[in-house]
Amino acid sequence: MTDIADSSAAKTGTPAADNALRRKWAKLKRNKAAMLGGSLIIIYVLSALLAPVLVTGNPSGLNLMNSLEGPSFKDPLGTDELGRPILGRIIHGSRISLVIAVGVVFVGLVCGIPLGLISGYYGGKIDFIIQRATDAMLAFPGFLLALSLVAVLGVGIKNTVISIGISMIPLYIRLVRGCVLAIREEAYVEAARAVGTRDAKILLRHILPNVMVPITVQTSMSMGTAILFAAGLGFLGIGVQPPTPEWGAMLGSARSYLFHAPHVATFPGIAIFLAVLSFNLLGDGLRDALDPRFKL
Amino acid sequence: MTAQTNPLLKISNLHIRFHTLDGVVQAVDGIDFDVYPGETLGLVGESGCGKSVTALSILQLLRCPPAEIDGNIVFEGQDLLELDREGIRKIRGNEISMIFQEPMTSLNPVLKIGEQIAEAGRLHKNMNRQQAWRWAVEMLRMVQIPGPGSRSRQYPHKFSGGMRQRAMIAMALSCNPRLILADEPTTALDVTIQAQIMTLMQRLKQEFKSAIVLITHDLGVIAEMASRVVVMYAGKVVEEAPVIALFKDPRHPYTRGLLGSIPVIGRKEQTGRLLQEISGMVPSPADMPRGCRFLPRCSHAMDKCHQDEPPRTRLAEHRRVSCWLETR
Repeated sequence: MTDIADSSAAKTGTPAADNALRRKWAKLKRNKAAMLGGSLIIIYVLSALLAPVLVTGNPSGLNLMNSLEGPSFKDPLGTDELGRPILGRIIHGSRISLVIAVGVVFVGLVCGIPLGLISGYYGGKIDFIIQRATDAMLAFPGFLLALSLVAVLGVGIKNTVISIGISMIPLYIRLVRGCVLAIREEAYVEAARAVGTRDAKILLRHILPNVMVPITVQTSMSMGTAILFAAGLGFLGIGVQPPTPEWGAMLGSARSYLFHAPHVATFPGIAIFLAVLSFNLLGDGLRDALDPRFKL
Repeated sequence: MTAQTNPLLKISNLHIRFHTLDGVVQAVDGIDFDVYPGETLGLVGESGCGKSVTALSILQLLRCPPAEIDGNIVFEGQDLLELDREGIRKIRGNEISMIFQEPMTSLNPVLKIGEQIAEAGRLHKNMNRQQAWRWAVEMLRMVQIPGPGSRSRQYPHKFSGGMRQRAMIAMALSCNPRLILADEPTTALDVTIQAQIMTLMQRLKQEFKSAIVLITHDLGVIAEMASRVVVMYAGKVVEEAPVIALFKDPRHPYTRGLLGSIPVIGRKEQTGRLLQEISGMVPSPADMPRGCRFLPRCSHAMDKCHQDEPPRTRLAEHRRVSCWLETR
């Protein structure tokens, strides 16, 4: 018997994952929209991290003498009805929005992935129960569900995160379950079972890594949605409470001055718009780069 | 021969049904055969005759429902069908392991080859991560993967079909099982690689002293590897024979048909035909003919065949056939 010739890749011993990852990164880099989204996200994250350095003084401190001032050198984006600098409040607001976005996605992932894995892998009664519960949650429009949860839980950052997070769970359950249904029939899952691998290990080591691509894409998209929902709740006055500089709440209070000081509402609006847009652009780019066959 | 020793695996009266939307499909209908320690048993039949399902049922890898399994699968005095989840899990990979048909899809694309082979060691031999890894590399060397050290750190997409099948064999052998179920191990490979894999399996079998159930529709592979052959047709065993007897003197018309459908150079000059195909199709499991299942395709059909299923006739030790022709 002749040995199969050793390929050059084996000799250099480069782990395949590095190459694959590099190729995917190169593909993502070519996608201009995704790169724009990614850069905007980096700017948001930096401004959130550096907010105390970038903005001196209390973003909630009043200065009624120069309320509703237009953009100037002193206040590049003008001031709001209480004389607070809008730029400073937007920068501080990015902290709130990003914390909410991360928290929401965390709640969605932590609850949605295990339920989706179990539902898809075991099937049967447990699948039926989880799926009917998911149906019930999906019957409400996402925002309405978050709204009614806030009504039950009360206002504040923590409750905003929990209520929007819960409204995201069914999306993750559905997504993960759908992928698991396909992957559990793969020959390598059967092979793993034939070696005597435990169910928990099959789920975590064989199935979950194969679901990571759709989860990553969904997570990026969900961050945008979470920011939008949080702003919506803030706008209605049942999300994060004033005087905390939250983008939605800023929009809400600026509503009354829309005609003679439109900039007060415009700039937080642009901040929300760009944040949501950049997460969606990045999500699209990630999808195309990671798995072109996969459509969300 | 192996007549005196106790069988390693004894399958008796095995029925496998699937509940589908179109009704109940009887995939395997009361088959029985034994596997003795250290032998290679060939399980032959055309697609859909229940070979793979039988193998999967031995390790309880069929999803129940929709599958429903009846009968006895006794492995070393223990009925595998009565074991609970944990019990069968300890058998899988450790006592009985399986080599699958599709090496291209039987390895997880997101895990390194070495990790996948090491898994069995960690599960059944209580090895730690490093020990299991070293041992996985050793297994890869055993199945003649060149540069096993660096190859074990690669992902499956860097392996060719033949190498993947070697890796699968390494995985199957890694816990030195008593029985290997090889479900068409060479079907997806090209002919030269097939020969390599066969030689490798022969060698490892002698080294590890495992028994092999070789499932295939390739009679050439059977002639080379198997010591005994069980021929299945439409969920039933139609003939069982030692391999030489089977090729020399096939008794069941189906077995004769199978042997006739192997191309032989020079046959056209003798018989005027290159191949003797078996006319017709396998009957649908949902719509089996009464009497003998091979009846619609059989050239020797008699009146009796229409009424009753043929009984099993024992011709010699390990030699039986289910056909009315043999009952005279």
